Amino acid sequence: MGANRKTTAMSRRTFLEMTAVAGAALATGCASGKRGNWEFFTEDEASTLTAICDQILPADDFPSASQAGVLNYIDKQITRHYRRHQRAYRQGLVRASQLSQQHCGKTLAAASSAEQLRVVTSLEQSDKIFFDLVRSHTFEGYYGSPRHGGNRNAVSWHMLGLDEPPIRGRSRYDLKKGTPS
Amino acid sequence: MKRVNAVVIGAGAAGGIVAKELATAGLSVVLLERGKWYTASDCRKDDLRNQRTTLLGNAFGPPDEGNPRVWVDGKGVSHIALPSEGDYQNNATCVGGGTLSYGAQAWRYLPQDFRMRSTYGLPAGSSLEDWPISYDDLEPFYVKAEHEIGVSGDDSATPFRGPRSRDLPMPALPQTREFEVLEPAARRLGLHPINIPMARNSIPYNGRGPCMRCRWCCGFACEVDAKNGSQNTVIPIALASGNCEMRTECMVKEILMDDRGRARGASYYDGDGRLQEQLSDIVVVSACAIESARLLLNSKSRLFPAGIGNRYDQVGRNLQGHHYTGAVGYFDFETYDDIGPGANIAITDYNHGTPGLCGGGMLANEFIRLPIHSLDRLPTGTPRWGFGHKRAMRNYHKRTIVVIGPTQQIPTEHARVTVDTSVKDKWGLPVARLQGNCHPHTFAIGDVQAERAAAWLREAGAIDTSLMTSRPEVRPEVIEASQHQAGTCRMGNDPRSSVVNRDCQIHDVDNVFVIDSSVHVTNGGFNPALTIMSVAFFASHSLVQNWKGTGFRS
Repeated sequence: MGANRKTTAMSRRTFLEMTAVAGAALATGCASGKRGNWEFFTEDEASTLTAICDQILPADDFPSASQAGVLNYIDKQITRHYRRHQRAYRQGLVRASQLSQQHCGKTLAAASSAEQLRVVTSLEQSDKIFFDLVRSHTFEGYYGSPRHGGNRNAVSWHMLGLDEPPIRGRSRYDLKKGTPS
Repeated sequence: MKRVNAVVIGAGAAGGIVAKELATAGLSVVLLERGKWYTASDCRKDDLRNQRTTLLGNAFGPPDEGNPRVWVDGKGVSHIALPSEGDYQNNATCVGGGTLSYGAQAWRYLPQDFRMRSTYGLPAGSSLEDWPISYDDLEPFYVKAEHEIGVSGDDSATPFRGPRSRDLPMPALPQTREFEVLEPAARRLGLHPINIPMARNSIPYNGRGPCMRCRWCCGFACEVDAKNGSQNTVIPIALASGNCEMRTECMVKEILMDDRGRARGASYYDGDGRLQEQLSDIVVVSACAIESARLLLNSKSRLFPAGIGNRYDQVGRNLQGHHYTGAVGYFDFETYDDIGPGANIAITDYNHGTPGLCGGGMLANEFIRLPIHSLDRLPTGTPRWGFGHKRAMRNYHKRTIVVIGPTQQIPTEHARVTVDTSVKDKWGLPVARLQGNCHPHTFAIGDVQAERAAAWLREAGAIDTSLMTSRPEVRPEVIEASQHQAGTCRMGNDPRSSVVNRDCQIHDVDNVFVIDSSVHVTNGGFNPALTIMSVAFFASHSLVQNWKGTGFRS
């Protein structure tokens, strides 16, 4: 059963990577400030945020933050419960872009993964409050319930070996005997 | 509106019991609740929005909009807190109160917990005191709570418990994997592990089925209604008596006083925002420690310009909760079986008796572990983000045991609730203002408890441990109170140093009662729900005994 689950996760990952590539191609074609598929973020903001989130949760055998829909989570919640953080994101992403220009002379999205890591590491030092906010929201979007817009197809729960849907216990409990089966 | 014998304010752990006891004794009762009545079908198993993890809001109230509080930091600076933020010190506002979504540990306090000052003396700067009632006074009412609310478990294996005149009505649930790992280790250390008493059906009881063991207890409503709170036990009985009417979404504005200094009822805003008056012979305040104090302080009148019960500036003082500390153990095998109810093994060996320390607390394994809980509970040295963090999540999420416990706080009179007239809620009422912390000695005890938790985990085979402690030096914040908040309307014999007498009656207003955790003189080293319930049964019993028509036997 475990092996089956892993196979499913892997094929889903391949699919996610393909959609992420398509999304990135769309983003590079957009001018600064242009609104795309997001409720709150401009395409430029989204591409910068994608780079930060994917350093916080990079792809390994399992999807990265953006592949798992973390941006969708943040974009959705920032127009709802996290409205109070709108300004922090707007300003923080400008500072992150400036930091990227200083470090490597290009946008964060255009930087290599190694360059992004340096910029994000620097961001954690110079802009800790904003970085910690993004870190928290990235983790929530990746590890939280898919119902909130992230954790696409419950990829992180599969990664951790958790059942999905998470009505656990019942499936391992013999109601007739009253003992764990 | 028809005058009634009693208005009970707050349909939580205590208010539900008071309403049931008074209504079944023949008194007419109106039970006012500011929140809604949820059912098991409102259980949404939402990891980011529940009553314990409130990143995206509280599931069972109050809403973030229109319900601010003020808290004062260690430097004296005031801040606004919203209900979903930790500094708010929230407890649920709904029918059942905290008992709809609690973990349902149903502990009795120990006999010494009622005699803290006699046992330990008075730490300088603290307001440690004995309760005016003893464990023996409460024992019959602990039995009543255990049987009427419904408690399962088995604490017979420890000598560190008070005497029981009657066994628990339900056997313990079967053990979880964590129990199997921790139990022999505790025995090797000479400790006395037990199966935690829980207000949860292990067998069919009170007309409802048993726990299905999904582990989504603490912070959530029970999907199969096997967890027992006031909302599915005493409140339905109160309503079925025909003597109790419950009005939900009603926010009480103030207790109304007459010219002779007696209460004549309560005014409240109904669900449509209209101001209503409910006249009554007595008023029972059961709104939990912070809101009960706020209501008394907001009930100003000619004879009581500083609020009801506050002649000696005692209302709101001695705010306390529990100082939670413990340890995380990391194992090289899977320890997490995801089977409920989560917390099910505990030791009470360290609640008292440590030389040089004033009290202590129970230690138990933790409730449900969702991925969101593991993020900052990884081994020391784990990177905060990146590949290393992701790998550690994979390695340890199911190979971790958390042992944690509520260290008894040593109270101070400086930890208090006042009202802030410059900040109003959506009804225009001054909000609660929280400030001060518990006695510093509490943190010393908490640190020792964390080391003990780590030692237990190492004995159980943990390859690594990390301590879970929080110190006021690290983040000067208001006292840890939240769901376990207590102490703000202290029970005592001396009107100058307490708010209510042993029957929970306000010292100088004989027809106003405070019956909830507010009256706790000290809060034990345990989850307080069963004690809140037993005090509610105790106080209701006295009230009914002394009831004579529309007043009291003098």
